[in-house]
Amino acid sequence: MPYIYNTSDDIASMLQAIGVGSIDELFAGVPQDLRLKRPLDLPPALSEMELAQHLQALAAKNSHIGQKVCFLGGGAYDHFVPAVVDAIASRGEFYTSYTPYQPEVSQGNLQVMFEYQTLICQLTGMDVSNASLYDGGSAAAEGVLLAMSVTGRPRKVVVAESVHPHYREILKTYFASIGAELVTVSGASGSVKPADIAAAVDSNTACVLLQHPNFFGCLEDVGAIARIAHDAGALLVQSFDPISLGLLKRPGDLGADVAVAEGQSLGTPLLYGGPYLGIMACKEQFVRRLPGRIAGQTVDRRGRRCWVLTLQTREQHIRREKATSNICTNQGLFALRAAIYLAQMGPQGLRETAELCLRKAHYAKERLTSAQRLSLAFEQPTFKEFVIRDSDGRVSDLLAQATSAGYLAGIPLGQWYPHLDDCFLVCVTERRTKAEIDGLAEILSARRETAAPRPHTRLASVAF
Amino acid sequence: MNPKDLLYAETHEWVRVSEEGGRKIGTVGITAFALEQLTDLVHMVLPKVGTKVTAGEPFGEVESVKAVSDLYSPVTGEVTAVHSDLAQKLETLASDPYNSGWMIKVAISDDSSLKRLMDTTTYEKQCASEG
Repeated sequence: MPYIYNTSDDIASMLQAIGVGSIDELFAGVPQDLRLKRPLDLPPALSEMELAQHLQALAAKNSHIGQKVCFLGGGAYDHFVPAVVDAIASRGEFYTSYTPYQPEVSQGNLQVMFEYQTLICQLTGMDVSNASLYDGGSAAAEGVLLAMSVTGRPRKVVVAESVHPHYREILKTYFASIGAELVTVSGASGSVKPADIAAAVDSNTACVLLQHPNFFGCLEDVGAIARIAHDAGALLVQSFDPISLGLLKRPGDLGADVAVAEGQSLGTPLLYGGPYLGIMACKEQFVRRLPGRIAGQTVDRRGRRCWVLTLQTREQHIRREKATSNICTNQGLFALRAAIYLAQMGPQGLRETAELCLRKAHYAKERLTSAQRLSLAFEQPTFKEFVIRDSDGRVSDLLAQATSAGYLAGIPLGQWYPHLDDCFLVCVTERRTKAEIDGLAEILSARRETAAPRPHTRLASVAF
Repeated sequence: MNPKDLLYAETHEWVRVSEEGGRKIGTVGITAFALEQLTDLVHMVLPKVGTKVTAGEPFGEVESVKAVSDLYSPVTGEVTAVHSDLAQKLETLASDPYNSGWMIKVAISDDSSLKRLMDTTTYEKQCASEG
């Protein structure tokens, strides 16, 4: 939006139009003691050239993954983005478009939403997808709310400790105002034990929220946990990694009732934390409780295929306070990117990407644990992330040492899991090369003259 | 047009009260006037057997192509039967709203709720003023 200031002539003519003599007279109603009787304390205005230089200097304080080798995961990932994604998504017709309320002028956008939903259904093995939500965390929370609504069990939800800590924080925030109980099941051994889930689930439980592969990169026994949930009349809400579905069974095949994900991996680069893409799909019987926009296919009056927003009676502009959710916005541009990415990769491309992640991550596991002080924290099978334990207990020093050598080596886990204070989470995507993995292993195993061990401190530069 | 043996709520639900096994049972549906106002119905949500309903409070909802509307219980009590396949044959409602279009049966626990309901003549006056 342009900033166009008012000239003194503009001000005079506006005052004249409303019959007020001066600015002071216009604000006569503002009490004297509330007025600022001096100029704002601002530095002198910068010229255009000075401003550009100032902003460039500020921007240069950021470190980005083009400058460092990134082994950070934990929900947002450095996957390859094919050039075709930017080429199509940056077209003005998509880039500047607004919500497609009017199908007669929005067929291109509605078709994209419909194709995105189709691809998400194929990817997840679910029946219906919405046209996206904000991000993986809000999608997980909406999945839980959907389960509470369709089961008529608004009082209790069981969540695995191995679900992303941010997603669990979002749930806690929602639950603070709806008075429901959030029961967290331990993931101390790297994944949750089905028996522990069974002990926590009862006839008041709306759903079990599970992440697979989980926050530690480990696989969960989704099938067994789905059966436990269903036997108690509860739903299974599964948070998944879209890239992992190149190799792993789909949520729908594992028995999940609602599948949610962070969709950033599908064609969107790391953007300092967002905006990203919330994926949400479910079984057909729950479609009327699915939040967000849904595009549907129909025919126009001449019988030609076309698309419209459908089932809008779920939404807040019609249902008011009884809407399925207050969420009516979707991340259209990022859903478009995901659709282009999935169409470009195809099932074979997605499989190859997942295989590369798996193999490189397993090579990194071996290389990193060859250092004497480093070992795997968990024995469970993993996909592209894994947890490393530092027997010296000096994770922040180790990560700082790697950062100064140009490697973002991992995420320290003590900030969310006190019992994993000596651990960090490492992620290896298809973009990491053998040389980069070998380089990281060398940095982490390098002997250094060390000071006496000191307590763990959080390392701001690698926190995300 | 509206059957004389029914009682009607301001919110356009009807109830037929009968004795079954010593209990006072209210069979509940919505009126022809309501159906005409709602236009084409596409979906319906009814409660489960055993649900406690209260006179004047929602017990379910109907969805038309335009909006979702609450169904308000004309009586207080516990749901003893639900016309669960009605949602699959919504056309039944328009063709026979007062018999095969029934929605739930309620074991009435509080007779006083019946006193707030209208007879046919009063209800038809209300419809005339709304229509």
